[in-house]
Amino acid sequence: MSPENTPATITLRSTGEFALFGAWTARGIDSHLLNDQTISAPATGPMVLDAARIDALDSVGAWVLQKLLLRLSEGGAVVTLSNLRPAFSQFLAVAAEETARLADTPPEPARRPPSFLENIGRNAKALVDQALALLSFVGEIAIAFASWISHPSRIRWRPILYNIRSAGFDALPIVGLISFLLGIVVAYQGADQLRQYGANIFVVDLVGLSMLREFAPLITAIIIAGRSGSAYAAQIGTMAVTEEIDAMKTIGIAPMELLVLPKIIALLIALPLLTVFADLLGVFGGMIMARAQLGVGFGEFIERFTKAVSITAYLIGICKAPVFALIITIIGCFQGFRTHGGADSVGRQTTRSVVQSIFLVIVADALFSIAFSALDL
Amino acid sequence: MADQNSNGEPIIKISKLSTRFGEHIVHADLDLEIQRSEIFALVGGSGSGKSTLLREMILLQTPSAGSIRILGVDLQGISEGEALALRQRWGVMFQSGGLFGSLTIKENVGLPLREHTRLDDKLIDEIADWKLAMTGLNPEVGAQYPAELSGGMMKRASLARALALDPELLFLDEPTAGLDPESAGEFDQLVRDLRDRFGLSIVMITHDLDLLWQVADRVAVLADGKVQGIGSMAELSQLDHPAIRKFFAGPRGRAAQEEMSPSIPSAAPLPPSEPNTRPSWKQK
Repeated sequence: MSPENTPATITLRSTGEFALFGAWTARGIDSHLLNDQTISAPATGPMVLDAARIDALDSVGAWVLQKLLLRLSEGGAVVTLSNLRPAFSQFLAVAAEETARLADTPPEPARRPPSFLENIGRNAKALVDQALALLSFVGEIAIAFASWISHPSRIRWRPILYNIRSAGFDALPIVGLISFLLGIVVAYQGADQLRQYGANIFVVDLVGLSMLREFAPLITAIIIAGRSGSAYAAQIGTMAVTEEIDAMKTIGIAPMELLVLPKIIALLIALPLLTVFADLLGVFGGMIMARAQLGVGFGEFIERFTKAVSITAYLIGICKAPVFALIITIIGCFQGFRTHGGADSVGRQTTRSVVQSIFLVIVADALFSIAFSALDL
Repeated sequence: MADQNSNGEPIIKISKLSTRFGEHIVHADLDLEIQRSEIFALVGGSGSGKSTLLREMILLQTPSAGSIRILGVDLQGISEGEALALRQRWGVMFQSGGLFGSLTIKENVGLPLREHTRLDDKLIDEIADWKLAMTGLNPEVGAQYPAELSGGMMKRASLARALALDPELLFLDEPTAGLDPESAGEFDQLVRDLRDRFGLSIVMITHDLDLLWQVADRVAVLADGKVQGIGSMAELSQLDHPAIRKFFAGPRGRAAQEEMSPSIPSAAPLPPSEPNTRPSWKQK
């Protein structure tokens, strides 16, 4: 072990005389040294600290040594530090200066952790603030949209098309695979029950209605919220952090028009189409399972499908998709714009965007169910 | 670590260093020696490989060939443990600060101490405050987050963090880029103080002509993968190499030179071979 790394120690040599050893450096010092109560000034007489054997001293060492001297002389004892190398003593002087300055400045009042009630209040206020900000964000989107409608030449087609590809077309494989698997699961779960009653053919009703009305739009929206909603938040959030959004404003481009509206329009087009694709693959998954488990052939399945599943069921599923699309893009962009600070904030807002958009998608789906049952659809 | 006390050996010794990215050659047989307690500056145009060289020195990148010895340790084939020990002996200040956004400034500065020492939190906070004061920041800044600071304050906080473990060697990447002239001037003074008071060796990349003229003991000009010229600014200004001329020929180069020229004879940089004339934290 090199002298740089031998731990700093203090030993009692005789009454009132201590010897200091080792490396008084950041790595050599243990905080216990400062709190060791066996090192204290004698009741009477002077106290001597022999520093001849200090091998190395850095700013941490100087600081600790100075603090130690201060503590020992607190009771009025006369403490002398002897034999400190001249090269080191200069740094001790710097540390002494700093500790003296620190003693002069009043300690900043310790921050009290907020009480339980205060926490509730703060959280509630943050929630209300966020809801109001979301409302004003929706308003801004509406204004920007209105100005696009009144000046159609300003519509930016390129980002719209780009977003249709990235949020829609590129998501086809994952949406297709998951709804296919979902169709299999639904048919498989129903198969046992239906077989007991010999109602095998009703697997068509089960798969057809549940996929078209509920599962396909919901699962598509959830996948897109996780896939694209998070990307929107992260993209806009990073742009906010790197001042790209401010730059955009100074150049005279409205961030709403370039970043938000194209995404909304693109997803309004893409999500219903993806839902149709999910319908198709989900029902196909159910068909395969129906044949394997219940002996319902493809032809039989399709024949029954046309009778059991009305066009209304199909349209109900599709008409949910634009609403989900609005939720996903608005929440994703909104959370992106709320990013301020650094990388940390980008992560936090992205997480929020996914959690909130999935939550709101499910809430909206529940509201749809209530509305449709009230309308007898 | 046995040879660290020998004053003769350069603190950084780079020999026959080559770096290639595919077909692109960044360094070709580059040799460079930096002495202890010296303020050394690397300059060169964009793409001259000075940032790559810095990254290779601080173990963020491995050269294609050649050797780098820092503080007496060969970086080639260095083990994890040795690398960790070595990293604690130098401090790095990154161009854009590199402060952790999720930590307050005081926590940022105290982080190396928290990771590598057995000091308690109270002591670490006090020392962090002291380091912040050393770099000219108020203690109130300690409670703020990096995002709340101005560019100049970020640089200072980043320097305070680089100084946390009392390094022997300090790397500065563009320390004055993006600073107003007044802050940059204060930074010149700060760098000089650090070397004079703590005996630090400082290696910096900079384009700041004032910093080069006022602070740097020696300057190396990098171009075409090699060191084209090395010496004090006054010496370099006499050389006749196109890559070096570029630094002095421009109007800004001339202005900085004229500002310095009356004092050039007396302001010959201290010979770097006398580190013992300066106070030092560590025993020599």
